[in-house]
Amino acid sequence: MSKGRYGIHGGQYVSEALMNEIQRLEECYEYYKKDEGFQAELTELLNNYAGRPSLLYYAEKMTKDLGGAKIYLKREDLNHTGSHKINNVLGQVLMAKKMGKTRVIAETGAGQHGVATATAAALLGMECEIFMGREDTERQALNVYRMELLGAKVHSVTSGTQTLKDAVNETMREWTNRMADTHYVLGSVMGPHPFPMIVRDFQSVISREAREQILKAEGRLPAAVVACVGGGSNAMGAFYHFIEDKEVELIGCEAAGKGVDTACHAATVTKGSLGIFHGMKSYFCQDEYGQIAPVYSISAGLDYPGVGPEHANLHDTGRAKYVPITDEEAVSAFEYIAKTEGIICAIESAHAIAQVRKIAADYSPDQNIIVCVSGRGDKDVAAIARYRGVDIHD
Amino acid sequence: MINENNKIKRAFHMPNAKALIVFLTAGDPDADSCVKFIPEMERAGADLIEIGIPFSDPIAEDEIVQAANIRAIKRGMTTDGVFDIVKRVRERSQIPLCLKSYLNPVFHYGYERFFEKCGELSVDGIIIPDLPYEEKAEVEEPANRHNVALIPMLAPASEERIERIAKNTDGYIYVTGSKEAVPSLVESIRRVTAAPCAIGVGIAAPKQVEHMASFSEGCIVESAAVKIIEEYGKEAAPRLYEFVKNMKEAVFAINL
Repeated sequence: MSKGRYGIHGGQYVSEALMNEIQRLEECYEYYKKDEGFQAELTELLNNYAGRPSLLYYAEKMTKDLGGAKIYLKREDLNHTGSHKINNVLGQVLMAKKMGKTRVIAETGAGQHGVATATAAALLGMECEIFMGREDTERQALNVYRMELLGAKVHSVTSGTQTLKDAVNETMREWTNRMADTHYVLGSVMGPHPFPMIVRDFQSVISREAREQILKAEGRLPAAVVACVGGGSNAMGAFYHFIEDKEVELIGCEAAGKGVDTACHAATVTKGSLGIFHGMKSYFCQDEYGQIAPVYSISAGLDYPGVGPEHANLHDTGRAKYVPITDEEAVSAFEYIAKTEGIICAIESAHAIAQVRKIAADYSPDQNIIVCVSGRGDKDVAAIARYRGVDIHD
Repeated sequence: MINENNKIKRAFHMPNAKALIVFLTAGDPDADSCVKFIPEMERAGADLIEIGIPFSDPIAEDEIVQAANIRAIKRGMTTDGVFDIVKRVRERSQIPLCLKSYLNPVFHYGYERFFEKCGELSVDGIIIPDLPYEEKAEVEEPANRHNVALIPMLAPASEERIERIAKNTDGYIYVTGSKEAVPSLVESIRRVTAAPCAIGVGIAAPKQVEHMASFSEGCIVESAAVKIIEEYGKEAAPRLYEFVKNMKEAVFAINL
């Protein structure tokens, strides 16, 4: 069996043409991971360009209103480009540059990963091309223009369901055709090894900071860490340094769309089954013959039929639990945190907020819960307005 | 390893002969047509047929084959439906047959159940584009037990992997990559194995067959055949016959 296993999940299920490239990538990553110069350069970028460390903000009004555990928000929305995606992108683009690549490509769903990649490419002087499902280019038109402003070329993907999974397919095809000068900046903890490991490591800065911050603020670990899960990168980053702290509950919030009993959801762990797709063995939404199912969520960033292999294993071992949150619950949480805390969060992150609203009262006031606010919600305002029947367009 | 009952070697049987391998997607335009097309392609001179199991996300295929996959799924083709096509083909033809499938449909059917079915229907090989050498262990044992060859793929980017992969060939080596890069790739393969190399690089015209077959043991024709089916649908049989016959004549030109 190949490397990069999380229990039975993970692996390297890609075409022969890509194998050498991903093995080289793994070697390079292992080298730079231990290279002090690289790490110092990355830390410099994270702190003085992206704005890290991000705040761990005590949401006092929310805490009082929900009546239970103290709620802390890990404010990844305050990072440069407005989401956690920049953590991974700076690491990967910097590494790609060191590897001698001159061009980066990436898939994007909501556009946050695309914007972050285009940003890092602009900063580090790399060519950049982004693949985005046609449907997503329509619901996130502003982000398309943003990427173009940053100098990236955006390809509208018209194959398949025209959403995130198809954008991944197309980026994989592009990479297979052109590897010599190109690095694929995969945006989540998914795909073939070493990507789930690389992205997790770069995102683990979230829990490294949060763990220190909460110990400083509360003198104790959180009772729970809550994050939304599409592919699962902000959740993996938020969970990682708490995995060994068995008393900390880890809760991932999946997109239940119009409900897990309808055909319109993206609740991979809740409703999916074991499969092999996009280079990894994990859970996927699929039919009885293994055809990948069309998925749905109001959130373009969670609209993905799979989940990262490490999450699949955290589910198998019971270390983390994964819960479905509907569009309606997420939209209501989006409005709630805006009115209560004055924070317009991404609709993705609102899935985590929705779960906290459900569980906060089950804990005592001397306990605390950390919620990862993975991104800011400017990009979602028009869509939420439309959901509520107000006709606003980007 | 596969045993002597496996029919792949028949496709490469004559000394210095070149095999013509033709692909179609099961269920495109429908099952009945596929059952008709395959014997026609055999009659026109195809030595081996690859039958694609349609998949929702055929990442390694070009746009023509992607579209055929989606058409076939829309018209209700399933893995059971593919086996039914094979069963009906086997009632009238013993041509060497390989399936081409992404791993997930095979995994979902159950490896043991899938290859047992292949064995029953005398399917000779399988090509799985997203199953590299490192991952093949989970499929190899049941495949071999049912005498189904796991056809390895090699690309110009394989480089130092060539030796390890080529030495373990069952059936033939599916050589892919750009038209310019395959001759030197085949040369590298030659150094480590005598296994037949078949070239699949978007071959669409007799001239290309002549060139590709001049330094290999065979040519794989995929999109060009699928395109004819896309264009002529259920009426494609005579067009496919004509097309395959022309390609085969180009192969014979080499053999002379």
